[in-house]
Amino acid sequence: MEVPGQFPFTRGIYPTGYRGKLWTMRQYAGFGTARETNHRYRYLLAQGQTGLSMAFDLPTQIGYDSDDALALGEVGRVGVAISSLADMEQVFAGIPLDKVSTSMTINATAPVLLALYLVVAEKQGVPWSELTGTVQNDILKEYIARGTYIFPPAPSLRLIADVMEFCAKEVPGWNTISVGGYHMREAGCTAAQEIAFTLANGLTYIQTGLDRGLAVDDFAPRIAFFFNCHLNFFEEIAKFRAARRLWAKLMRERFRPKNERSLMLRFHTQTAGSTLTAQQPDNNVVRTTLEALAAVLGGTQSLHTNAKDEALALPTEESALLALRTQQIIAHESGVTAEPDPLGGSRYVEALTDRLEREARNYLTKIDGLGGMLKAIESGYVYKEIYRAAYEHQKAVEAKAKVIVGVNEFLSGQPPKLKTQKIDAQLEPRRRRELAALRKKRGPVDLTRLEQTARGTENLMPVIVDCVRRQVTVGEICRVLRGVFGEHRTNFSI
Amino acid sequence: MSDPLKVLLAKAGLDGHERGALVVAMGLRDAGMEVVYTGIRNTPEQIVAAAIQEDVDAIGLSSLSGGHAAQFARVMKLLKRDKCRVLVFAGGIIPDADVPKLKKLGIKAVFGPGSSIASIVEFLKKNV
Repeated sequence: MEVPGQFPFTRGIYPTGYRGKLWTMRQYAGFGTARETNHRYRYLLAQGQTGLSMAFDLPTQIGYDSDDALALGEVGRVGVAISSLADMEQVFAGIPLDKVSTSMTINATAPVLLALYLVVAEKQGVPWSELTGTVQNDILKEYIARGTYIFPPAPSLRLIADVMEFCAKEVPGWNTISVGGYHMREAGCTAAQEIAFTLANGLTYIQTGLDRGLAVDDFAPRIAFFFNCHLNFFEEIAKFRAARRLWAKLMRERFRPKNERSLMLRFHTQTAGSTLTAQQPDNNVVRTTLEALAAVLGGTQSLHTNAKDEALALPTEESALLALRTQQIIAHESGVTAEPDPLGGSRYVEALTDRLEREARNYLTKIDGLGGMLKAIESGYVYKEIYRAAYEHQKAVEAKAKVIVGVNEFLSGQPPKLKTQKIDAQLEPRRRRELAALRKKRGPVDLTRLEQTARGTENLMPVIVDCVRRQVTVGEICRVLRGVFGEHRTNFSI
Repeated sequence: MSDPLKVLLAKAGLDGHERGALVVAMGLRDAGMEVVYTGIRNTPEQIVAAAIQEDVDAIGLSSLSGGHAAQFARVMKLLKRDKCRVLVFAGGIIPDADVPKLKKLGIKAVFGPGSSIASIVEFLKKNV
């Protein structure tokens, strides 16, 4: 029988499981303006949340300021709108950055948002060496599923290497990538595919760091993972176990690290948004509870529990609180934290773990045969695998081979009557005025050094930090980078 | 036999969630329709141009980012300007309170989460 805290870490990366330390309760949040988001963060922290998880709106994620014509209708919708240093300072007003860890769901523009965070810390008098947190910075899955890419793969990987290299020296407590399986699973892939595609992306990032000249042990321990947790209870628990085991083996086989931490798969989990239903939304609390429990039994390091109204809109303060309470009850009342990997040794769970490891390995072999993950992505292979699985799922639901309570069975006929979160319609015009005032007060900026560095091979991070200090906006920085790197466009036929 | 229905499925705005649009695309195709899918991140101008160029019978607009209010309204305005009288339906994460507003713009139906492909096929056959 394997032992928790020992290679290949199937049973967890810590010998004592949650007896030593509970998982971090990290609710993904952000909407509207920096002020509203600051209010929500302070509320969540006051309710006992232990880490922040920052949601940005789409313009911020794709490198457009709130006043860009392409931002029409999207400002402050799926997250907070951040264009300037003033916005970022406002988000963290009254939140000391040496006291919280912050995870940012940001990919194409990760270097810019990280730079903003670092400068806010500077202004708060917090040394970078004391900061803890994560940038998602996982561009590969954006080409496959989530869609917030800007640049083609090569310059995108260069930016990722810049962040890894910069943080290894300057921000040692920062997780430089959170390799996400979550979004591919939401897009429709299976549990085995989630493991395989995520780890394949992870291996690509390790190679990217090595190609930059970093030693594996200097950056691999700072790469974290981010998984989904679906409703197939035992399969999901087995998925986390199989992913840990497979990553440890792959890292040892391919990169021979000396530091054991380079072998450990640490991960955040979010319950599955795609399992939530717009019909009978109260049922979603039950679904989320089951999923959160599976994530905990699978040994997650941090957890986001979805709110019941997320098939309809962003969560209200009330529904967000219930979601947080759900994991607090699991942590403090259910008793499941007493033993690391409590299902280890169960014949069923061990067999599922072996099966998923085997299936994921088979996918990895296929990907290697295609010339590696980057080639597999560019050829459309990964994309098609995922959407084929999504369509099979839909057909099974329509044929009632899969039952979804309230959707294809047990219909109560009651329409949902939830009060949902609203975003102020005046937000966009207000943001346009604010940014116009900022640009007027600041005056024109010289971006020659940014452009030259982008054309060269030097690390871009120090230059971006310097731009941010001079009040250059996210959109202005990205416009220069777009000019140098070009823009990516995915166009797979279906 | 008449020509198969031709449908443009379009992702409006910056939203990258395309599972719904892709699954509907595959479903409509299996139901014998011809489907043109725009891929993600299209401006209203691009969507209307594609609809006219492809001479489609219907446009399905998808957004899960909350950008539907502004984006769909602009598509409808441009269609009117270009005198393109094509059937428009929508899908995605759209709060109930917004549905009457979209219908007032001329969007014939809104298919939220949990909608079946069968119901969309039926709607298109009846309304085109």
